[in-house]
Amino acid sequence: MSSMTLLDWAILVGKCVITTLIMLQIAPIMAWVERRGSALMQNRLGPNRIGPFGLLQSLCDGVKFIFKEDPVPGHVNAFYYVLAPLVSLVPAFMTFAVIPWAAPLELGDRTITFQVANLNVGLLYIFAIASLGVYGIIMAGWASNNKYSLLGSLRSSCQMISYELSMGLSVVGILMVFSSVNLTDIALAQGQTLLQLGPVAIPKWGFFVQPLGFLIFCTAAFAETNRLPFDLPEGESEIVAGYHLEYGSMKFAVFMMAEYVNMFTASGLMATLYFGGFQLLPGMSQLHEAIGGGAGIMAALQAASFFAKVAFFMWFFVWVRWTLPRFRYDQLMDLGWKVMLPLSLLNIFLTGALMYAKVI
Amino acid sequence: MLIKNKTGFFQRFYLVEILKGLAITKKHFLKNLFGKTVTIQYPEERRQYSDRFRGMHYIKATNGVENCTACMLCPTVCPAECIHIVAGERPDKEKYPVKFEIDVLRCCFCGMCEEACPKDAIKLSTIYEMSVAQRTVYTKDYLLEQRGNK
Repeated sequence: MSSMTLLDWAILVGKCVITTLIMLQIAPIMAWVERRGSALMQNRLGPNRIGPFGLLQSLCDGVKFIFKEDPVPGHVNAFYYVLAPLVSLVPAFMTFAVIPWAAPLELGDRTITFQVANLNVGLLYIFAIASLGVYGIIMAGWASNNKYSLLGSLRSSCQMISYELSMGLSVVGILMVFSSVNLTDIALAQGQTLLQLGPVAIPKWGFFVQPLGFLIFCTAAFAETNRLPFDLPEGESEIVAGYHLEYGSMKFAVFMMAEYVNMFTASGLMATLYFGGFQLLPGMSQLHEAIGGGAGIMAALQAASFFAKVAFFMWFFVWVRWTLPRFRYDQLMDLGWKVMLPLSLLNIFLTGALMYAKVI
Repeated sequence: MLIKNKTGFFQRFYLVEILKGLAITKKHFLKNLFGKTVTIQYPEERRQYSDRFRGMHYIKATNGVENCTACMLCPTVCPAECIHIVAGERPDKEKYPVKFEIDVLRCCFCGMCEEACPKDAIKLSTIYEMSVAQRTVYTKDYLLEQRGNK
């Protein structure tokens, strides 16, 4: 790092700024997608008054959140009460730093990686930081000095612990197949061809070698991000609003933002681990040849493929939310411990056996 | 009460059922995205009511003179007792309402006054946007604005 020139610093700062800006835009855009998407699924129209297709509704919501009164209730522990939203937001922002949007680009004697930090322990870093997010929720519930908030945060911590277990174990299969925890390496390794069926080449995407692992990871990701059908920490009908019951104004908005940013990271992770990450979507390599573009266009196409995959998973989160009802608490625990955990262990054994038999 | 639903072998895995559910929401989403939703966008679009719709009252006038002769049939038939008429006499000895008030808050829009009226004077128009900021009694001047086409 000692030999970093001014240009290197500029590139690093630029990547940080771009990533942060993308993350900041996620919450308003997803709020709009969620409201209009849910409306259309329920034969309604949703907010369509402000701006084209109601796109400026999120802007108005933001302005409303900022100008609302921002009280600190008398019965709360003010320090932790104010700290909690930040503690849940910051890890959400940090996790995306290691997810690559495009393959490393060779420009002259310089290699540009399209992520903030190309850590060789990328996946472990994500799991380490993501599990910090639950502290914000526990802090919020405890500092609020309210029984419903406390119940919400207790549920949240219970759920996080139960599902983090199967989430971590489901990824082990991927680590075995690609023998790396560096996300760029994993994404690059998925460029190989798994099966050649006539003209159609099935790539070695994680989904094709680890379908069971993907299923477990996807389900656990829903639980980790507190999204329906696993949004028990909020559970409006049971515990009012759970851990953010005592919050209002921008502090509440920060919790909501953390949820969407977590969704974004989970989607990015699903795309990177199981759907080839920045590997081109079918048809895009032909497009690249047709244009006759160079490495720069390739990187742009890779970023487009990556964000298309992420967008699909973001939409999947919304789609599932408006399809499934909330699980009962005991059902959630049953699913986590009696179904997901044995299945993820089975997945590891299956992967080991298949690798021993040289199938994958 | 414990209700045991019979679940099949595949239903117990959730997965197939979840996919079926996703298919249903997707169907509705696409239908509403590319087709027309049932929503009527109120200020721009309005629901078409039939001509027999009973909305805001008015008193029909011929040549600027109300048809009403203050015969008191409508306050008699009114089940809500919301019509208050004070009768008077014109210089040409014809009866006419000096005061004609309808307490809309009591009115149940049954339309019996309209049926009872022998002079085709009181009418219920098709106007349904009647919300106002304060409690109102419709006065004679207000009722004489010709609102409907009946």
